[in-house]
Amino acid sequence: MAMVHATINGISVAVEAGTTILEAAKKIHVNIPTLCYHEDLAVKAVCRICVVEIAGMKLMQTACSYPVSEGMVIYTDSPKVLKARKTILELILAHHQQNCLSCAKNGSCELQNLAAELNMSHALHFDPETTNFPIDDSSPSIVRDPNKCIQCRRCLEVCNTIQTVGVLSVEGRGHDSKICPPYGKQMVDTACVNCGQCLQVCPVGAITLHDNEDRYMAAREAGKTMVVQIAPSVRTTIAEALGEEVGTVSTGRLVSALKILGFQYVLDTDFSADLTIMEEGTELLQRIQNGGTLPMITSCCPGWVKFCETFYSHETEHLSTAKSPQQMFGAIIKTYFAQKLKLEPGNIFSVSIMPCTAKKFECARPEMHASGYRDVDLALTVLELARMIRATGINFAELPETPFDQPFGTGSGAGEIFAATGGVMEAALRTVYEIVTGKTLEKLEFTAVRGVEGVKETSVDLGGTVVKVAVAHGLGNARKIMDAVARGKSEYHFIEIMACPGGCIGGGGNPTRSWQKVRQRTAAVYEQEKELPIRKSHENPAIKEIYHEFLPGPCSRKSERLLHTHYINRQDIL
Amino acid sequence: MEQMKVLLRNQGKPDMEDAKAYIATGGYDGLKRALEMDGAEIIEELKKSGLRGRGGAGFPTWLKLKFAFDTESAEKYIVCNADEGEPGTNKDRVLMSCDPHSLLEGMVIAGRAIGAHVGYIYLRAEYPQVRPILQRAIDSAYTCHALGKHIFGSDFEFDISIRSGAGAYVCGEETALFESIEGKRGEPRYKPPFPGVHGLFGKPTALNNVETLANISHIFRNGAIWFAGIGTKGSTGTKLFTVAGNVAHRGVYEFPMGINLKALIYENCGGIADGKGLLAVQTGGSSGPFIRPDQIDIPLDIDFVAASGGRLGCGTVFVIDDSNCILDIVRNTQDFFAYESCGQCTPCREGTIRVAQIVDKICRGDGSMVDVRALQELIDMLRVAPLCGLGHSSAVPIASVLQNFMPEVEKHLDGDACVWCNTQKGGRS
Repeated sequence: MAMVHATINGISVAVEAGTTILEAAKKIHVNIPTLCYHEDLAVKAVCRICVVEIAGMKLMQTACSYPVSEGMVIYTDSPKVLKARKTILELILAHHQQNCLSCAKNGSCELQNLAAELNMSHALHFDPETTNFPIDDSSPSIVRDPNKCIQCRRCLEVCNTIQTVGVLSVEGRGHDSKICPPYGKQMVDTACVNCGQCLQVCPVGAITLHDNEDRYMAAREAGKTMVVQIAPSVRTTIAEALGEEVGTVSTGRLVSALKILGFQYVLDTDFSADLTIMEEGTELLQRIQNGGTLPMITSCCPGWVKFCETFYSHETEHLSTAKSPQQMFGAIIKTYFAQKLKLEPGNIFSVSIMPCTAKKFECARPEMHASGYRDVDLALTVLELARMIRATGINFAELPETPFDQPFGTGSGAGEIFAATGGVMEAALRTVYEIVTGKTLEKLEFTAVRGVEGVKETSVDLGGTVVKVAVAHGLGNARKIMDAVARGKSEYHFIEIMACPGGCIGGGGNPTRSWQKVRQRTAAVYEQEKELPIRKSHENPAIKEIYHEFLPGPCSRKSERLLHTHYINRQDIL
Repeated sequence: MEQMKVLLRNQGKPDMEDAKAYIATGGYDGLKRALEMDGAEIIEELKKSGLRGRGGAGFPTWLKLKFAFDTESAEKYIVCNADEGEPGTNKDRVLMSCDPHSLLEGMVIAGRAIGAHVGYIYLRAEYPQVRPILQRAIDSAYTCHALGKHIFGSDFEFDISIRSGAGAYVCGEETALFESIEGKRGEPRYKPPFPGVHGLFGKPTALNNVETLANISHIFRNGAIWFAGIGTKGSTGTKLFTVAGNVAHRGVYEFPMGINLKALIYENCGGIADGKGLLAVQTGGSSGPFIRPDQIDIPLDIDFVAASGGRLGCGTVFVIDDSNCILDIVRNTQDFFAYESCGQCTPCREGTIRVAQIVDKICRGDGSMVDVRALQELIDMLRVAPLCGLGHSSAVPIASVLQNFMPEVEKHLDGDACVWCNTQKGGRS
């Protein structure tokens, strides 16, 4: 690659041709403020906060989009630049509803930070002209407040290009333009799959989490038996959400915190992930042996399931009928668990802590009443739990380690890796291989299904039968696979699909994501999984026990009733 | 100065949609000549002619074609910008209506130059009457082998089709126009990459104004030397001028580049209508500056007008008589820009509305020097920071009023309401 030379504020810099001014400036530690720019997303160049002066040019250029060329003389700090930036910022602020103290983004707002960075220490030169659009909290997962939107368009890219759900668009023109679902629809009436990736990229409080902390509080006050399950990825992201280093695994401290928050029973969703493997793995083998619908596709991701029900409504028979780990656990908690501990199931308030905003939608699905009650009463995200921990005054960093409650406090490494893309597939292969071949798997790691590649594939020899599998994460990637499935051209037997890029560890309910962070979190998941004593679902003693005491066997009639579900055609949303 | 009809040479002749009638006037001779040349030779001929873009920016046409010529791609496009959106401008409408084949011929030659085989005419939504004229001309050109496969027996092929706009001013900006043709919301793209590298459908594209493309046909018919001999040294050829507003004889006129603005208004267009006096002239369309009567004795040459702080733009001359108030006029212009901002970039979305509000405030007599300073701050930012040309030029009108008509502005400040401004309906606030 050819190198080009330029000076930025008098400092020489040599970069590869094609490097933007912003990247070149970073190299020499010159900070250029940005707002619409996001390291994982396409360049938008719409906020114009990062404008810089280039010698010989009448117009200023945006550092995020403009490539450095040979001999270029760039100023990022001239009075002209600073003045233009400040005028732009003032214009944004004059149109932005500034109720910062009661905003969910208070303290983590990129606009707030920018205002501080650019020294907005005086009254605005323009009369505030804020809008008064209704706040849309119709979605179980997200809340849209158009009055705070600064039109950076990150959410548009995420929803339309990356996830290909296409719910958000620009309406109106000029000063009247706004980002919203088309035709004045409420979020709940759209094809939104609740993945929450939009709230992950929103720099301000325009798209935030639908916070359900109040429901937890009400149940606790009502004296309910508080039972909580923790999803595999939560132990890897909760510490990060509370300001610790990315990838800090804090399982024991997390259990301690939940005890302080009033949960009598703290259980591990790793267990029901193992249960999912048993049910789903058995279903796969039955489909292969009995000529059932193939490829079979995983169903543990509620964002993906709704996407399939909406955009591939004729392909839902490919979905495994097995419920997600959250919902399996929900059904078990209010039946087997309640019986075992002699608890009144009607008095149990069953909570799940999830990396996922779509879990809020899933647990409210009307068919999720297998126990006779609503199986999971409330799905909370990592973000909400972090707020609860902070608001309760818990010093998370100093908490002692507490083990999970039993039974169902034991999960295997296979359940643990559900957190990352490819994890469900790897866990399933570990179990299916041993069940079919009767041999012990020598190398547990199926590295071909790990990593951030959008679509991954491999094949496994199950004692003569070669099973072809694929893994996709991010719904745009899911489409690539599903278009072949819909045409009847897919050669795979088994496919794992996760709605969020990176899998659950990159989910919408986590602290703010970037690919860099998702990679670090994923590495932490696999690192700690290596050390676990049990690494295959079928070797989990709690699994053996439940199939001995409560369930006749995987895919038995009782399993079908409690642990399997059916799907709905949602095509008419489109 | 007498009109010199080159582009309008066939004005008033019957059946000019018919390729045969056009050929009878020497039409398509230029294309036949170009078919014997290769791309580099065609571009060299255009360079010799000195032709510059007629849409507003005055960019050398040969250079624009060369960018697309130099980019390797199996697919390239020629796009004709017929989205004549500047208020008070209709020279392209007149040209397309009276001599549509000159445009088609120019497009085929431009296609030959860069190696494109498809051309689109992006036609203004408000010109539904022009569409059938163009369509009949295109159909007739196919019949006479001026379009399609084996054009005039050569191995060159070229197709042209029409795409309609939907009324947005910003779609006259080249990249917004591409987005619109692609079926998306008409919003400009950031540059670079430039259209010559990454244009329509991501392919190298040369986009030119109707008048520019029509000029190409005349250059190839009569030769670059002939063309370069018309007009001034830096601005060759003739130019269509739309003279609008309070002038006795409004209309579209064709003169060699460099015609004196004062002479154009007073000698060719009969001066100010109804015996009134001249208040101001706006050149170059809505985004051009307002100048005073004592500033109009200038040659209309691209570089001269630019050097004196104005712009020749698309050649519109908007004449305002002294029964108007300049503040009310500029209020209308700034309202237009606030209304036509696409809303994509912050400076234009948030800035144009503020300019319009402050101008309205001053018009109503509620303004003060504080507001004038706020305007200046916005003007300085809007000139340099927006994403596209619409934003960059959106504050030119008010900037020119502050510069050329400050006494008028001062009369409106500090509670001195202007009777005229107050009786006019204006302001978006």
